[in-house]
Amino acid sequence: MQEIARQVRIDIVEMLFRAGSGHLGGSLSATDILVALFFGEMRTKAGDPCWLDRDRFILSKGHGAPAYYAVLARLGYFPREELLTLRQFGSILQGHPDSGCTPGVEIPTGSLGQGLSIANGMALAARLNGHASRIYALLGDGEVQEGQIWEAAMTAAHYGLDNLVAILDRNRLQIDGHTAEVMSIEPIADKWKAFGWHTLEVDGHDIGQLLAAFQACKGVKGRPSMIIAHTVKGKGVSIFEGQKKYHGVAPNPEEYQQALQELGAVTGPPA
Amino acid sequence: MAAKESTRVEYGKTLAQLGAENPQIVVLDADLSGSTQTHHFAKIFKDRFFNVGIAEQDLMGTAAGLALGGKIPFASTFAMFATGRAWEQIRQTIAYGNLNVKIVASHGGVTVGEDGGSHQAVEDLALMRILPNMVVLAPADGPETRAMTRWAAAYHGPVYMRTGRLAVPVIYDDTYVFELGRGSLLREGGDVTLMGIGIMVQTCLDAAALLAQDGIEARVLNLGCLKPLDWELVLDSARRTEAVVTAEEHMVTGGLGSAVSEILAEHCPAPLKRIGLRDTFGMSGKPEALLKHYGLTADDIKQAAYKVIARKANHLALPVMDLKAPKMAGR
Repeated sequence: MQEIARQVRIDIVEMLFRAGSGHLGGSLSATDILVALFFGEMRTKAGDPCWLDRDRFILSKGHGAPAYYAVLARLGYFPREELLTLRQFGSILQGHPDSGCTPGVEIPTGSLGQGLSIANGMALAARLNGHASRIYALLGDGEVQEGQIWEAAMTAAHYGLDNLVAILDRNRLQIDGHTAEVMSIEPIADKWKAFGWHTLEVDGHDIGQLLAAFQACKGVKGRPSMIIAHTVKGKGVSIFEGQKKYHGVAPNPEEYQQALQELGAVTGPPA
Repeated sequence: MAAKESTRVEYGKTLAQLGAENPQIVVLDADLSGSTQTHHFAKIFKDRFFNVGIAEQDLMGTAAGLALGGKIPFASTFAMFATGRAWEQIRQTIAYGNLNVKIVASHGGVTVGEDGGSHQAVEDLALMRILPNMVVLAPADGPETRAMTRWAAAYHGPVYMRTGRLAVPVIYDDTYVFELGRGSLLREGGDVTLMGIGIMVQTCLDAAALLAQDGIEARVLNLGCLKPLDWELVLDSARRTEAVVTAEEHMVTGGLGSAVSEILAEHCPAPLKRIGLRDTFGMSGKPEALLKHYGLTADDIKQAAYKVIARKANHLALPVMDLKAPKMAGR
């Protein structure tokens, strides 16, 4: 899975360089989480995206779309050549996820703070339907500054949604700078615990820790789970790591070459 | 005196009936179930009712998730909070995602009364009408509320329906059938067309009766399906009477007055007056006093009718330029 993650990172760099825009840092920080989820945990069928018993995923931090798309393509939801059309006119890959365009995407996201409420509704529906589906939502750490997240945090706990797992991509950076400087969210684990959530912390780049955390959440009854995944924004490419300027910009040609080299890419576009 | 029914109460009762008929129907509220009348459903179907507390943004998101899980969610709160507080949630998820969510919001308009301007939604129809994929409804009476509620449950896609607080006269009987994109002709008349929505439909009928006393025959339409609007009926009526008055318990901007203006300006520029609030908020008071203050009475409609009829004299004959209504966008 580490190898898949490496390839996904190469795809992300390639896609953003081609598109000339997009969110690099938060895509690279979320890559291992997405790979662990989709390749190691979730029950889905790429050939049948609407399979009723599937596990559901919501990218609440919708700007991480490049990583999401790269993972979906590798799973076979759509041809990998589509990745190179990211953000272009007529593409099935919109700048932010759009379920009307992209196979495998459950719902449009991109306006922050809204995905957890949707995940709650999906978890309630799964319970009413008697489906064993589990619902996963990936949140950004800046995103939890949105008030609606905490409305949803209350709702999930109130209704005891133990089929719901939220993962926080704790990469410590947002557009204007460090979360600690822009709007402090700490003590973030204590907040989720206080809201009644089963709360764990893992290294968000350690696939083994992530998979173990997903397993541990399955044993929790009567309350939702929050996995705080400590990550590095821009993970995998030294010049991008921990740099706020790469939140929402594409690499220039020199950065692109260096990134591909560091990620061990064979030259050229994704095959 | 005609029988009266409150549209919010009829919504609540119909919802409870639908709950028994269709197990996929779920209902959500944000701590106003007694006011929105979803408590009828909640009492019977405890496992299919979700109160999210005072959290309208979460209300819409949760409803969206339930729709994604195959349920038919009805989400209710006051019109002001549904369309104001949670507008972006509705826009980003329910409308953009084209989800099967029914937003039925009570306490539309100034007849909310004593609670005042903060609670009187006079822009909700505008806020919903601007959204692609969204159907926008405002029933005129109890039977239309029952018909629209049943229709919404059977229709697949996002719907906004406004209900009111007060009991209002019954216009239809229970043979009334609601059809998407269709208005109804309630009274024939060749001198002027009065186009109403919601509680103002009855006021239009009252105004027509007043005009009849003066020998003026008004055609009266109910345009309770604001989006998609019945273009053919609007244009045909404008062409026949060459004078139009719209009436809504809402701003004249963005709602029925705007929708009709847009059609007439492009296709059949008949003299038009819009009855409604003009760039102002509501205020506390008895509903009757507020209707009078904001110019929403039968007499106000009658006066407006006289003005548009007077303008007819100077008006050229009106060709209908294009009768093709636009299709709902759909995704």
